[in-house]
Amino acid sequence: MSGALRIISAGPGVTIQDAGRRGLLRFGVTPAGPMDQDAFMAAVLAAGDADGAAIEVSIGGVELIAEGLALGLAIAGGSFDIRLDGRALPPACALRLEPGERLSLRPGRAGAWCYVAPFGRFDLPLVFGSLSTHSRAGIGGLDGRMLGRDDILPVTDLRPPPDRLLAIGATWLEAARTKLRVLLGPQDDYFSHDTVETFFSSRWRVSARSDRMAYRLEGPPLRHLKGHDLVSDGLAFGAIQIPGDGTPLVLMADRQPTGGYPKIAHVIGSDLGPLAQARPGDYVAFERVSWETAVAARRRRADLIAAGPRLASEPGEISTEFLLSWNLIGGVVDAKEVD
Amino acid sequence: MIYERPRYLDAGESALVVEFGDSVDPALNVLVLALESALRRAGPKGVGETVPTYRSLMIHYEPLTVTRAELVASLESLSPRESASPTAKARWRLPCCYAPELAEDIALAAHSLGMTGERLAELHAGADYRVYMYGFAPGWCYLGGLPRELALPRRDTPRGPTPQGAVLIGGGLSLVATNPMPTGWYVIGRTPERLFSLDRNPPILIEPGDAIGFDPIDARTFWALEARAASGETLARRDEAR
Repeated sequence: MSGALRIISAGPGVTIQDAGRRGLLRFGVTPAGPMDQDAFMAAVLAAGDADGAAIEVSIGGVELIAEGLALGLAIAGGSFDIRLDGRALPPACALRLEPGERLSLRPGRAGAWCYVAPFGRFDLPLVFGSLSTHSRAGIGGLDGRMLGRDDILPVTDLRPPPDRLLAIGATWLEAARTKLRVLLGPQDDYFSHDTVETFFSSRWRVSARSDRMAYRLEGPPLRHLKGHDLVSDGLAFGAIQIPGDGTPLVLMADRQPTGGYPKIAHVIGSDLGPLAQARPGDYVAFERVSWETAVAARRRRADLIAAGPRLASEPGEISTEFLLSWNLIGGVVDAKEVD
Repeated sequence: MIYERPRYLDAGESALVVEFGDSVDPALNVLVLALESALRRAGPKGVGETVPTYRSLMIHYEPLTVTRAELVASLESLSPRESASPTAKARWRLPCCYAPELAEDIALAAHSLGMTGERLAELHAGADYRVYMYGFAPGWCYLGGLPRELALPRRDTPRGPTPQGAVLIGGGLSLVATNPMPTGWYVIGRTPERLFSLDRNPPILIEPGDAIGFDPIDARTFWALEARAASGETLARRDEAR
């Protein structure tokens, strides 16, 4: 059985993503994949396929309908305003979308990305084993590009949709953070001690010139001690590059695989999701942790993801901490410390 | 400069950079590629993708499977220096058109270098290049071996998107591009060959460590070859290394 989703409208930056494209990084092929892997995992696991794909909705928002058959959809991400034919839904939920019903996602209180995963498989061609869209290279997803009005997304291998609206509880999304944790280096020696202190003591505003490739951070310019040109090196998700103008660039899912600016620090894996959910205009700050702390956080997150999300029809069955977390995700610095 | 011992640097908790030196030097790149191939042969658990560059190897790994200390220990045990050979595995010839109608910035670059476009083309086509790495975008192939006379700093501000198959110079290096992207380098030629193609598996022809030379062609030949490349033909000629 197969069905389809039709895009009624989509703002810029709405794409199809799966876990990412692996194996060709050494030939310059960016993995792409979700900006917020934590929220993405909540959506695809709730939709019943750990290896599945989802529509990644930007703050441009999206409106879509099911064509032909009713489809199950699982939604998780930032605190978006989600509506089914105008009726407000919880910010993370699984639902049955009847043909002709309109589902809309608009930016809500906080958060920059939201994931809509079908109870089924997008029937689109894999490019080197992945559906992830890398729009700069024109690879993956639907014709290698962002989604737009009247695009049809065929969905096959349908799984039964939920028979009622379910709230999704994903424990690994609960930890909102006042500060993003980083490992220092490797090129922290390109900066004076005072400059490194400035990096840690400043609040950084996420620039409007931010996208899936990199988040640009506005704050005090960070001056280099010994020039800003480096022989090109590999770039990891979360690398904080300082180019010549001293404005930090945090490399994100669509980063180029190599680059030639000094990297003062790297955001740890567990804090990439909260970073991704920071919107232009939001503030972030950084704190230094050890490799061991980063790995302990990674282990905790992996264990929670392995246990899977909870689905509940009554809001009361989901912990209040979980609901609270939806108010906090994305407001990284301004949020209260919860743990 | 080549360090006496490689530096092991953290790029976050799940990527390790093994840095052999701090310059663009074939002797360094040989060490990088030798470590990468030794690592791939050994295939230790928890190791993911690797990215060789001019002077370093980035190793993505899963720290919940292999600790940093275990990874460094297994890298130390590989002793790839003994197997490092500067000889190119394969030599490739790529057709390249230096005519100004296709080589959009050749006049500008030649002017900055104080020579004619013809002389620039002659020097560029007369050199042997080493493929150091891929980076930036799919199939963007970074070359060393640019004649010293063609060393030119990058532009102050990037130019608009490169044409398909642009051959570029900048920062003392040369580069063969694939898809259109803005760049701070100069377009001094165009090759009809696709260095990266979704229709090929693997999508690239040329490996880091291979050698490349350019065969000058005129614009008419370029368009004839371009049509053949567009229909899926491979134009690059491979000479096996002796």
